[in-house]
Amino acid sequence: MIGVRPTAKPSIAHGMRLQWEPAQAAHVLLYPEGMVQLNESAGAIMSRCDGVRTVADIVADLERTYSTSGLTDDVHAFVELAVERRWLELRE
Amino acid sequence: MSVGPPLWLLAELTYRCPLHCVFCSNPTEFAATGAELATADWLRVLREARALGAVQLGLSGGEPLARDDLEPIIAAAHSLGYYINLITSGVGMTEERIRAFKAAGLDHIQLSFQDSSRELNDFLSSTRTFELKSRVAALIRQYEYPMVLNVVLHRLNIDHVDEILAMAERIGAEYVELANTQYYGWAWLNRDHLLPTRAQLERAEAAAQRVRARLGSRMQIFFVVPDYFETRPKACMNGLGSVFLAVTPDGTALPCHAARMLPGLTFPNVLESDLRSIWYESEAFNRFRGEGWMKEPCRSCPERHKDHGGCRCQAFLLTGDAANTDPVCDLSPHHHLVTEAVARAERAAAAAGNGTPSAGPGTPAVVSRPHELVFRDHRISIAVEHGSGATAGGQARGES
Repeated sequence: MIGVRPTAKPSIAHGMRLQWEPAQAAHVLLYPEGMVQLNESAGAIMSRCDGVRTVADIVADLERTYSTSGLTDDVHAFVELAVERRWLELRE
Repeated sequence: MSVGPPLWLLAELTYRCPLHCVFCSNPTEFAATGAELATADWLRVLREARALGAVQLGLSGGEPLARDDLEPIIAAAHSLGYYINLITSGVGMTEERIRAFKAAGLDHIQLSFQDSSRELNDFLSSTRTFELKSRVAALIRQYEYPMVLNVVLHRLNIDHVDEILAMAERIGAEYVELANTQYYGWAWLNRDHLLPTRAQLERAEAAAQRVRARLGSRMQIFFVVPDYFETRPKACMNGLGSVFLAVTPDGTALPCHAARMLPGLTFPNVLESDLRSIWYESEAFNRFRGEGWMKEPCRSCPERHKDHGGCRCQAFLLTGDAANTDPVCDLSPHHHLVTEAVARAERAAAAAGNGTPSAGPGTPAVVSRPHELVFRDHRISIAVEHGSGATAGGQARGES
C-alpha cells in the first residue's frame, strides 16, 4: 500500500475525539461542528489508534480479536483514507 | 415513524451581544423574550439532552462570553461527554478565560470576522472589534484549540474572498466557513441589501476553489451555498425534529434556532417540561416530522426523502404558510418570489455600482448608504416587536 508503513503509529488527529455513543450504538468521531458515525470495522480500527501501537500491531490485534487473517490491506487502506481526511495522524 | 434521538444541542445562552451585525440570525424580537436561564437550569438541560443522546454541543448566543458562568457550563458539559463548540465574536475573551475554558474541557472555538478589512468588519458589526478579534485568534492558536474562522458572506464583502482566505491562512485557521447569509432574523430585514449577484457568487466560489487547490487539506474551506441561487432546497436541519435541538436564552426549546417564528405552534420551555417529553411528545417537535404534513408538490415528489421539503421558516417567511414547499425549489409555485428577490438584488447592485470585480473593501457605495441597513439593536428590536419600527418593519413587510 502506498503511504502507510506497517511501523507507523496512528493516533486520533488534533481536535478530533473518538468515543462510543450508546444512543447511536456506534463509535463516533467528533470534530469542530461535525460528527462521523463509524461503522463497526472503522470503529474497531480507530479505537486502537492510540499513538503507541503500530499499524502492524493493530492488524495483528484485529486478526486475533476477530479470529481471522488477511486484514492488512483493509486496515492500510482505511488508515490511508483516515489520514487523508485528517481523522488520524501518523508518527513514524 | 421512528423518531431518533437529538444529536446536536444548540445552547443559545444569551441574546446579549456587543455587536450589531446586519445579518444576525437572532429573532428580530429578541428584546421581548423572557429572563435568561440560570446556571443550574442550563446544567439540567445539558444532563437531560446528553441522556437522550446529544453529543455535539454549541454554546452560542448572542455572544456567549457575555455569560459569566461559561466556565462551569463547559466543565459540566465536558464531564458529560459532549464535544463542545464555542461560537463567538471574540468580544469578552481574555487570556485568563481562554485558559480556564481549556482546563474545563472546551474542545473548539469558532471565531467570526465580518470581513478581512478593519474598515468593513467594524462597519458591518457597528463596533470597533477588528483588532480585538485578531488578538483572540492569536490566543486560540496559543492555547491549541482547533480554530474555525467563520465569515458570513453577502453583497458587501463577497468580493473579498481572496483577502478573507489570506487572513484565515495568516491567523492559522484550520477550517474556514464562508457562510453565505441565510435570510432569517435581521438578515431577512436587510435581505435586499445583502443578497449578492450571481456574478459575485460565481467569482467567490472560484476564488475559494483556487485556494483549496493550493492549500490542500491544510486548511479546509467550506463554502455554504446561498440557497436563493439554487433550484432545490437545502435539507434544512435534516428535517425538523430529526437531529437538532435548540434551547433559547429563556429556555424555549426549538427544533431549529429560527423556528420560533412559525405560527400556530406553542414551543415548550425547559422550565416547564423535561427534554425527553419535549423531544418525543410535544406538538411543536412533532408537527413537521416525517412527511405527513407536506403539501404538493412535495407530497408526491421523489426527492422529498432527500430534502424534506426544505426549510419551514423560509416557506413561512416567503409564502405565509410553513407547510408549503420551500420556494427555493423551482417546482414550487412560489419560486418566483426567490428569483424576483435575486433580480432585485442584481438591479440594486448595478445601481449602486458594486457587485463589480473592482469593488474593494469599504466601497463608498456601501458606506455612504448605511441608513438603509438595519443594525441589530436592542431598541430597534423593541420597535419591531411593537410594530412601530420605522425602518425595520417597513422593509420586512413591504416586499414579498
